[in-house]
Amino acid sequence: MAKKGARTTEMADYEVHVPLQAVLLADSFAQKFRPITLERPKMLLPLVNVPMIDYTLEWLASAGVEECFVFCCAHANQITSHLNKSPWMSQPDFTVSIIESHDCVSAGDALRVIEQRGVVRGDFVLVSGDTVSNMSLTEVLKEHQERRKKDKLAVMTMVVKKSKPSPLTYQTRLGNDELLLMIDPQSKQLLHYDAVREPGSRDSLQGNYVQRHVSLDRSIFHDRPVVQLSNNLQDCHIDICSPEVLLLFTDNFDYQQLRRDFVKGLLSDEIMGNKIFTYEISNEYAARVDNLRAYDVVSQDIIHRWTYPMVPDILCAGPKASMRLERCNVYKEGGVILARTAMIGENTVLGEDTTVGDNSSIQQSVIGRGCTIGKNVVIEGCHIWDDVRIEDYVQLRYSVVCDGATVKKGAILEPGVVLSFRVVIGSEFRVPAYSKISMVPQPTEEDSSDEELEYADVASGRADSPRSPFTEDQSTRNGSISGDEDDTAEGPNWDPIEVGETGAGYRWAVRDGGQEEEWRHSVAPIPPEKIQEIAAANSEHDVEEVDYDIRALGGRDSLEEEEDEDEEEEDDFEKEVAETFLRAARGVSGVQQEHVVIEVNSLKLAFNKTFADCAGAMFKAIIDLALEAPHPTAKELLSITKDVFSRWGSLLCKFLKGSDDEHEVLLTFEEICIESHKEFAPLFSQVLHMLYDIDVVSEDAIIAWASEKQYADESDKVFLKQSEKFIQWLKEAPEEEDEDEEDDT
Amino acid sequence: MVGTTSGYEAAVDQFVTKMRRRQVVGSQSSAKLTAELLRLVVSHQRLPSSGQAAALIEAVKAVGVRIIAANPIELALGNIVRRVLHIIREEDVSLASDSILDSTLDSDDEDEFGNVARQSALSAVSVAAATRNTLRAPSLYNLLESVPGTAATQVARVPSATESEARSRSGDRNLMSRKLKHNVIEAITELLQEIDNCHSQVAEQALEHIHQNEVILTLGRSVTLREFLKEAKKKRSFQVVIAEGAPRYQGHMLARELADVDLQTTVITDSAVFAMISRVNMVIVGAHAVMANGGVVAPVGLHMVALAARRHAVPFVVLAGVHKLCPQYPHNPDTLLNDLKSPSEIIDFGEFSDCLDGSPGGSRTHVVNPSFDYVPPELVSLFITDTGGHNPSYVYRLVAEYYSPEDYVL
Repeated sequence: MAKKGARTTEMADYEVHVPLQAVLLADSFAQKFRPITLERPKMLLPLVNVPMIDYTLEWLASAGVEECFVFCCAHANQITSHLNKSPWMSQPDFTVSIIESHDCVSAGDALRVIEQRGVVRGDFVLVSGDTVSNMSLTEVLKEHQERRKKDKLAVMTMVVKKSKPSPLTYQTRLGNDELLLMIDPQSKQLLHYDAVREPGSRDSLQGNYVQRHVSLDRSIFHDRPVVQLSNNLQDCHIDICSPEVLLLFTDNFDYQQLRRDFVKGLLSDEIMGNKIFTYEISNEYAARVDNLRAYDVVSQDIIHRWTYPMVPDILCAGPKASMRLERCNVYKEGGVILARTAMIGENTVLGEDTTVGDNSSIQQSVIGRGCTIGKNVVIEGCHIWDDVRIEDYVQLRYSVVCDGATVKKGAILEPGVVLSFRVVIGSEFRVPAYSKISMVPQPTEEDSSDEELEYADVASGRADSPRSPFTEDQSTRNGSISGDEDDTAEGPNWDPIEVGETGAGYRWAVRDGGQEEEWRHSVAPIPPEKIQEIAAANSEHDVEEVDYDIRALGGRDSLEEEEDEDEEEEDDFEKEVAETFLRAARGVSGVQQEHVVIEVNSLKLAFNKTFADCAGAMFKAIIDLALEAPHPTAKELLSITKDVFSRWGSLLCKFLKGSDDEHEVLLTFEEICIESHKEFAPLFSQVLHMLYDIDVVSEDAIIAWASEKQYADESDKVFLKQSEKFIQWLKEAPEEEDEDEEDDT
Repeated sequence: MVGTTSGYEAAVDQFVTKMRRRQVVGSQSSAKLTAELLRLVVSHQRLPSSGQAAALIEAVKAVGVRIIAANPIELALGNIVRRVLHIIREEDVSLASDSILDSTLDSDDEDEFGNVARQSALSAVSVAAATRNTLRAPSLYNLLESVPGTAATQVARVPSATESEARSRSGDRNLMSRKLKHNVIEAITELLQEIDNCHSQVAEQALEHIHQNEVILTLGRSVTLREFLKEAKKKRSFQVVIAEGAPRYQGHMLARELADVDLQTTVITDSAVFAMISRVNMVIVGAHAVMANGGVVAPVGLHMVALAARRHAVPFVVLAGVHKLCPQYPHNPDTLLNDLKSPSEIIDFGEFSDCLDGSPGGSRTHVVNPSFDYVPPELVSLFITDTGGHNPSYVYRLVAEYYSPEDYVL
């Protein structure tokens, strides 16, 4: 209790109205959008012609967030200047403050910086700047706060949404790995969080698919009649956090990522007992643009209006240029000039002042502002940003083309190509699938550590890899880094082999995970041959696939045994606690009270016990100690007991977290009196009084015990009758004491 | 924007964001907020010494364009902006005609204007309202165009005896401007009251339309309709059949509300409307907007109901407060007639997410969730507005009464 005292008082007064705050991480601390993010931060990349961060801010503002802290790290100046230019800084009931830091390499660092600044005062919404959502926060906040009133350990509420992963690739629509969540359907508590990554990159190269096993802690099943294991939930990366989350990050300075480290850390670490809960949204939309596939999918969702009112014709509304929605989800902004023979297919957005030449066809694409598209151009499933020039007879399929890029006459972009800012593709050149071309040369491994911060994750990722717990859990990203192949060493001049005769730009060598993995995260749809390949591989392993083998920790295998073992375990646990205690009591060298606390805590975890169990066992141990000394008469026994308790009572108190635990102590004591040590029976009420005096048990617990016993059998009431007087006194006393307390405060 | 340090900028910004985020629901509350905002704009606007009306119109227009752009689907916003513009023009003219009356100076004006002036001179100042009505007539609208000129001449005029107890020569301009502003603000306040009272005004006529033991059919929910039915329930007993109004199912809510006042209600699915219509005496519905040709922009599904009603010769009655009356025609491409909402109202994203993604050549499924239907005027039997019942063919006349033609296009 004392250890946590400071923290409890801090969170106790959150009932005072604090403005709803949000922490927006305007840095992804990842490099999935490279090479684009070398020149512009990810949060400012246009998603359907609106910078991503504007979606997030718009949502936060309309959901009633009053204060938003934008944390920027890489390209902080760009984000700051964007925000200063935007109307966000002058909103009447929505203040945006920018927190800049330049030495953060992960979300964990960012949260630690925010904790240091001490700006967060109450529960806050933690999102990253690439979140697109239209959900209302009222309901989830209410749930979170109500839970917090009952249970201070409910530190976080995670928003999840149903979305089916593809059954073949075990991948969600957003290009993330399939997620396995275990939730208690009644309390909505999150019990397990695991990204199921099946065909690991290297394994799939060898055609050898890893078995899909999930290890679940057996203790999860302990006191829950039902648990729900679902793989169709998508993590929206929207969290309602209590201020303790920041403290937890500060305490555990090795927490880097929110999900991989923090959530998993919290779920596996039960010493603090912090809990995470989930909140499922159904009608509302929430998604995070984590990779290029997500970028494409979320764009399409926006165009299909799932994100209403975050849709182009509303977001881009203004007296100057307004976006018009036409049939089949075609959005046109003012000043668009289309040739009469141009064909604009469905799900297309055309930005302001864009011109499209004769016989060009555009489908399922987003075209930015001020683009020039020539004649006989084919554009399908592309994301073309502002001021792009596309000359005649160019074919673009499923590509991302950044600001100011030029694709010269007759060039062809195969699916999955990314052209970064101002790249020029020479005429008649064919860009192979999944190439990434940038004006910035690809950083070599050496300079990555001390250059731009967007690189930083490379360094940290590598630093992580020797640390076994993380790499085991999620070898997805880190494992793949080592599989680099550095086959293209380019010179300072632009290589016509890379970008064509008159082109400009460096072609980046595929880095994370090799070519094989590119299709997972690219904007291009998964190629049919890939799907076939996976399907074929899967059918071989059909048997394992459906078999969710629930393996308990600690070598115990099946659930049926559990019941029988429980009894044995009980005895073992008590024995262990007693031994631990006696070691301290007998003054075995160096064993101190604190050590006992730590040891018993770890026993608690090992045997998966509650604090009440600990308290009960500890109490038994203390009584045993008292009985060790010779005690010819009852009176002497009482005095010995008093001595022992005055010495060790404080230790016992460490395990008394609430009146339930104290109640348990009383029950244990009763049990002792009846069963094992009958010599205590006549002393029951005196010992009870003594326990009360040294604050081991509170009057609440005694009264609760008494009222429970009232309806018990006559035989059970022996001790109740014995201590009737004392209880009577207790019941009368409170008024006086209460008054005293009030005077004190 | 116009405003240099105008005090209303912040309020306008806030209103625009609110509208853009679709945080104001319902045309009545939108109309009310717009009128309140424009009243603020008018009261904060500094006016130059000459051409005050023009300056005021300019300011209101600038704000109006912004609010309309913020939510082009809520046509009530534009309506109120145009109403306010009309009010300003009207007040300016009546002020001019008043002063002309006072000074009995009519020789240097056009003939028609002189007629008006003389006409009102006959019937004293208290009949100024009547004058205004005369001015509204479209045949006289060329008069309105000459307004700034009139105002200018008037300023140069010698102050008259009747008006000038405590007025000095130099204070004339000031007072004139204050008077115009004052009148406009007063008229906007009246407009606000009118918006506030529109439900009760419409409901008052309920007894004329609903008779004992009739069966009324409606779709979805409308506050005007609810008040209308409640009012009728006070004297008559009748039945209501409510089509639920998928996908928002507001019909369910209406049914509950009507059950609270002991009205016999039956909830049916939208697709059962045609089956039920033969047993129905009258269809009464609320509207989102009424266009100048008498067509109605109404919650989705009403076109179908209107066709069913026509097939069985059941009267199709539309309730609409005057603020829903639009001066635009539905074939105007600049008028947005529909709002496509999120498909999640229709279909669950989770169940559907695996069909959304593009196989090459486009995603396989589209889900479209429009909010409104356009019901052509031929299918509407009667409009009940706060000013009484009107034929669809009469709507253009109402439009002429409430709006100035100059403001149709802002």
